[in-house]
Amino acid sequence: MITSAYIHIPFCQQICHYCDFTKFFYNEDLANQYLEALDKEIETAVGKKQTYMRTIFVGGGTPTALNYHQLEKLLQTIASAFDVNNCEEYTFEANPGEFDEQKLTLLKRYGVNRISFGVQVFDDQMLKKIGRLHRVQDVYDNLRLFEKHQFDNVSIDLIYGLPDQTLEHFQHTLDEAIQLDLPHYSTYCLQIEPKTVFYQRYQKGKLHKPVEELEADMYDMLVHKMEGNGNVQYEISNFARPGFESKHNLTYWNNEYYYGFGAGSHGYVPGYRTVNIRPLPRYIEQAKETGMPILHKEEVTLQAQIEEQMFLGLRKKEGVSKSQFFNRFGRPIETLYEQPLTYLQEKGWMEEEGDYVRVTSNGRLFANSVFQEFLLESIEE
Amino acid sequence: MTSDMMKQENVRNFSIIAHIDHGKSTLADRILEKTKALTQREMKEQFLDAMDLERERGITIKLNAVQLRYESPKSGENYLFHLIDTPGHVDFTYEVSRSLAACEGVILVVDAAQGIEAQTLANLYLALDNDLEIIPVINKVDLPAADPERVTKELEDLLGVTKEEVILASAKAGIGIEDILEAIAERIPAPVGNKEEPLKALIFDSLYDPYRGVVASVSVKEGTVKVGDRIRMMQTEKEFEVNEVGVFNPKPTPLKQLTVGDVGYLTASIKNVGDSRVGDTITNADTPAAEPLPGYKKLNPMVFCGLFPVDASNYNDLREALERLELNDSSLQFEAETSQALGFGFRCGFLGLLHMEIIQERIEREFNIQLITTAPSVIYEVEMTDGTEVRVDNPSLMPDAQSIKEVREPFVSAKIMVPNDYVGTVMELCQRKRGIFQDMEYMDDNRVNVIYEIPLSEIVYDFFDQLKSQTKGYASFDYDLVGYQASKLVKMDILLNNDKIDALSIIVHRDFAFERGKAIANKLKDLIPRQQFEVPVQAAIGNKIVARTTIKAMRKNVLSKCYGGDISRKRKLLEKQKEGKKRMKMVGSVEVPQEAFMAVLEMDTDND
Repeated sequence: MITSAYIHIPFCQQICHYCDFTKFFYNEDLANQYLEALDKEIETAVGKKQTYMRTIFVGGGTPTALNYHQLEKLLQTIASAFDVNNCEEYTFEANPGEFDEQKLTLLKRYGVNRISFGVQVFDDQMLKKIGRLHRVQDVYDNLRLFEKHQFDNVSIDLIYGLPDQTLEHFQHTLDEAIQLDLPHYSTYCLQIEPKTVFYQRYQKGKLHKPVEELEADMYDMLVHKMEGNGNVQYEISNFARPGFESKHNLTYWNNEYYYGFGAGSHGYVPGYRTVNIRPLPRYIEQAKETGMPILHKEEVTLQAQIEEQMFLGLRKKEGVSKSQFFNRFGRPIETLYEQPLTYLQEKGWMEEEGDYVRVTSNGRLFANSVFQEFLLESIEE
Repeated sequence: MTSDMMKQENVRNFSIIAHIDHGKSTLADRILEKTKALTQREMKEQFLDAMDLERERGITIKLNAVQLRYESPKSGENYLFHLIDTPGHVDFTYEVSRSLAACEGVILVVDAAQGIEAQTLANLYLALDNDLEIIPVINKVDLPAADPERVTKELEDLLGVTKEEVILASAKAGIGIEDILEAIAERIPAPVGNKEEPLKALIFDSLYDPYRGVVASVSVKEGTVKVGDRIRMMQTEKEFEVNEVGVFNPKPTPLKQLTVGDVGYLTASIKNVGDSRVGDTITNADTPAAEPLPGYKKLNPMVFCGLFPVDASNYNDLREALERLELNDSSLQFEAETSQALGFGFRCGFLGLLHMEIIQERIEREFNIQLITTAPSVIYEVEMTDGTEVRVDNPSLMPDAQSIKEVREPFVSAKIMVPNDYVGTVMELCQRKRGIFQDMEYMDDNRVNVIYEIPLSEIVYDFFDQLKSQTKGYASFDYDLVGYQASKLVKMDILLNNDKIDALSIIVHRDFAFERGKAIANKLKDLIPRQQFEVPVQAAIGNKIVARTTIKAMRKNVLSKCYGGDISRKRKLLEKQKEGKKRMKMVGSVEVPQEAFMAVLEMDTDND
């Protein structure tokens, strides 16, 4: 059964210099057409019978780039397809400054119970430099609004490893963030991705990423301060007060199924991973015509499932459950992965405790080197 | 058409010589087209260059000869043409000279914008040595940059030809092709020779075919050869029985016999190209000729390197690949070599750098074996203090400095043709490469031929690349081996994590050792990814460290970014990372990428 849904709103008032997600400058007319197409896509997949969804995540782009009426239309689409009142976690991404009391009460009215807030960094200069539209004051203003409406399940996104960023600079952002004492923080180390402004600059040698040592120091500081404040690193880049872990994101790490709706979205349905068409006009056309704007479907082999169970599951602090692994794949983890498990434990990058194998805090900094070991040459089906 | 139906005086054997990119292959295509050797449908662009690799690099490695029919619209006479293709690179000069020896004339193709280049000149001299009739053709006259008048003047000065003898053409646009065909018929002499004399057939190419054995390309200079004849190779003295003779038109077409003036092929169950060497003369075993044709040389490799499989389990595959390639290439040499760092592999000898690169690429591409190549080396003559002499083709085997009296290295005479403005640049480069100035000739107002004697080892490094880049591609270059000279040479070792890596040892001139050591250490630092521990990189002469740097330990390798639910992207990243790791070689405790072993080659620091 599929009990999670991701819905992508690819519009932005301004494009951030580092972003390589599917996104377009906001245009009222285009957004109207998009919402219609999206409605058709969702209806084709699940109908309009308020299907049970444990988690719903509306991301972007920026969903809050939509105007009030469009936002309401989107919320109606979702509410008619899914049983939003019994949804355990219903998250909207929002950008500081694009958000007001009206939009907030609207979200609340339609059952949204969690906000993921794109704060990124507590410094106006840096915000400008990375192409963000909002300013630090907007963050505080919006947070006051959440408080006023007793909207307490709020997460903020932070980025570090920014161009020319120093350790002290990140420390300031981190201190400000922790002072807010929120239940959830998502943190990303900047990646320079192709097709972004930063990539262009980087190619020309005009962008100075912090050196590896500094990034590692930032990461260490992050973990240290977050854990010190009682926010547990339940996944490599996510910190939460116990009970506030993102249920939706855990769907990914637990290697469970989820729908992906909207342009460029990725889904995982029994047997397949799906990718939607990315360019907006083609997405809209295809969604309206067939309700299935899928670019391609990739079969997930048993081998791929096993590997993914490992390299996704090991992102979590708790690690991968040996009994669950056995129940799902009918073979013991210790036999299939005897060699990497021994090697990685000798290195001190992994450990076994009870039913779980997991990455140690030491190994987490080298997570990609760890994960790589779990790609198999081939297995007997 | 069987050749004996054609009168010997109507046979024309010729070749085309040109610098790379001056349009030789395109002209050959046009000639094939005009003589109806191929229908348009069969016409693949550049028919003569059969191997993909040649096509990609725009060079011809293996020779071919095609038979064409030509009816002169002027005289109404019928002619039989044999177009003999030649390789276009300095590594293959000897092959060029032999294929020219199979001809009576050449078409000299010169680019209308570039004019005459060093390689063209070198091949032209070979043609003159063979006393061939030369038909000068200026190609690409239709291009905007063309300056046919200037190039005509160059040709007049160089060859003493008149303006009227020079043909203006564009092979691409089909201009001047008829004139060229007519000139071949009119100006190139017919082959002389007597079909009643004992057989003398020149082998100008030798190719291994898995079903028929060696297919020798031959030009019959005297006598006749037919199926069933017992033949003898005059140099190797091996004897065989002929199973097939024929011509390429351009498909192989068997004939009853080949006779004087014919250029075609011959098979005789020859198992190894070494028994059918380019330049050798085939004669009849029962009625042998008294003297072989002149000009035979046994080719010796000049450049050596180690080839090692990345995956040690491919060692036997690599041996098989080399054995297969050797069947077709008598100048390729190899013997087993063991390196502490790289395990089991082969020390291989090549005619030159291009030859080396071609072999490497063919092994990787055709045999699918990932290779680690050590930096190329030359053969050093080492005179020991006890009076004995050893030849060293592998730097790691250089004897201890204390026991060496003198080290001699091969020198080449490098002829560099360059526009006036770059003479200073070229001389500076040659000096830096330990060159000894020999001569400078003005070809015309603008072009200078600069001649230096330079150690071959310097040419083997980055000389050609540097020459090209520093003269913006205007310089052209040709070289001949001139002999051995004593030099102040020392062995430099490279240490990774305090372990000496034999595969990285090189021989350097003492005066440049410090500089080069530093450059190599820095280069390795850039090429070797961070390991989980700090890795010192050192260059040492004997026990003395001359350069040192450090590869810092890896501090993190983690992707925090979420990518939404895009799991495929995460997977691709991990797969790419794993693939990269596979191409690394574990050397002691350090993972070293393939490119690092060639690091000593690309020393851009000279420019800094």
